[in-house]
Amino acid sequence: MSFLRLDQVSVGFTRYDGLIRQREFRILEGLSFGVDRGELVALIGASGGGKSLLAHAIFGILPSNAVVGGRIHVDGTTLDAPLRQRYCGRRMALVPQSLSHLDPMTRCRKQIAWAGQRAGHRLNAVSIESLLARYGLDDQAANAFPHQLSGGMARRMMMAIAAVGDPDLIVADEPTSGLDGENSANVLAHLREQADCGKAVLLITHSLSEALAFADRVAVMKGGRLESIEAASDFAGGGEALRSPFARALWTALPQNAFSAGGAIC
Amino acid sequence: MLTAHRVSFRHGPRAPYILREVDLSIRPGEIVGLSGPSGRGKSTLGRLLAGHLGPTSGSVTVDERANQYRFNPVQYLHQSPIFATDPRWRISRIVAEGWTPDDVTRNELGVKESWYDRYPHEISGGELQRVALLRALAPGLRYLIADEITSMLDPVAQVEIWQVLLKRARLGLGILAISHDQALLERIATRVVTI
Repeated sequence: MSFLRLDQVSVGFTRYDGLIRQREFRILEGLSFGVDRGELVALIGASGGGKSLLAHAIFGILPSNAVVGGRIHVDGTTLDAPLRQRYCGRRMALVPQSLSHLDPMTRCRKQIAWAGQRAGHRLNAVSIESLLARYGLDDQAANAFPHQLSGGMARRMMMAIAAVGDPDLIVADEPTSGLDGENSANVLAHLREQADCGKAVLLITHSLSEALAFADRVAVMKGGRLESIEAASDFAGGGEALRSPFARALWTALPQNAFSAGGAIC
Repeated sequence: MLTAHRVSFRHGPRAPYILREVDLSIRPGEIVGLSGPSGRGKSTLGRLLAGHLGPTSGSVTVDERANQYRFNPVQYLHQSPIFATDPRWRISRIVAEGWTPDDVTRNELGVKESWYDRYPHEISGGELQRVALLRALAPGLRYLIADEITSMLDPVAQVEIWQVLLKRARLGLGILAISHDQALLERIATRVVTI
C-alpha cells in the first residue's frame, strides 16, 4: 500500500455565474496514483495546469472557494482535517514553490525554530546549524531575511524547514523553477536522498528532462487529468516503452531528442 | 543589426555593476543563444537591448540608429508572461496593444479566438506565452529578446513555439534566446554566447 494514495481527487473553484448563481469550475479531475516509501514520483504537467493545486489540496491550504473531491490517504488512513492538523509538519511536509511562503520580516533562523515548534521539536543553535549544514547553508544564511537569499539558497532553506519534523512524506512544488542547472541538480539530489532514506517524495514539476534523472516513476498530466504513469527508465530511445502517446510526445519533443511536436496538441 | 556597444549597467551610483563593458550584436535572421549561471545579468542585458533599461554607460543601437520608433522594433518576451500582461485587461485588448493580427499568424501560434474574452489568469501559462508572442510579432518587429520564454512550458509547447520563431528567423527576424537549457540552445541558435 502506498504511503500517499490519491483516489479520484478533483479540485475546482466555485465562481459566480451572474449575480446569484454559483458554478463550479473543475481544474483537476479524477487523479488517482500513489507514492511509496523510498520512492520519488515526479508529477509532470504544463504550468498553469493546476499541479500546485494538488499540493495545496493535500496540505489543506486552498482558498475557501475551492472544492476538493475524492479521497487522499496517508499511511492507510483517509486524510481529514483533524488528521491533517496532526500530520502537517510532522509526518508530511510541503516545500512550497516560492519564497513568498516564508515570513519576509523574520530571519530564517527563527523560521526554522518555529517550524521545529510546530513539529514538536525544540531546536537549539547546534541542531539548527547541523540541519542547515546538511543543505549546504551556513550561519550567514541562517541570519538572513528570506529576500537576502539567492534563488538556490532559498530553495534549500525551504527544504531544510520542511525537513525539521523528519516527515515521512515530502511534497516539493516546483523546487527548481528559476534555478540554473547546477542549483537545480543540487536541490533534486537532496530530494532523491530523502527518498533513498525511506521517505515518500512527490516532486511537482514542469521539467521532464530535469526530473528524469532523479525520479523512479513519472505521473504525466494533461489538461487537469492524469494521462499515464510511466517508469522513469522508459523515457529512453524513441520512447517505445512508454504507455501513453502523450508521454511519448513530451519525450520526443525534448531538444536533446527529436525536437518535434509530432502532431500532439496540448 | 541590434548592437550593444561597451554597455555597462548598475542600479545606482553606489550599487555594484551588473554588467561591465559588454559587446553583443545580433544580425537580422540570426538566433544568438545567451547562456550563463543565474545572476550574471543575462536578463538585464536583454532589457537593455529592448530599451526597458538605459545603460549606465555605453550604447544600444538598432540598425545603426538610436531607437526612436513608435512601435519598438525590439520586443522583450518575459519568462513569466503573467508579469508582462495587465491582469485587468482581457486577452483581446492585450493582443491589440501590439497590432491586429491576421488569422494566419494567430493560428500558427495556436492562439484561439475563444480566449479573447478571458483575463490572463484564466488561461494557462503556456497559452498566455503564445498570446504574448502574438502581441510581439507585429509588422514592425525586427528583433526579439526571448528571455527563457519556454522554460516554464512543457516540451511539446516549447517545440511548437520555437518552430514558429525559427521560421520567422529565416524570414529575417533577429532573436536573442536567453536560456539555461544548453540542449535547447544547441538546437535553435546560430551561435551561443556565454556570460
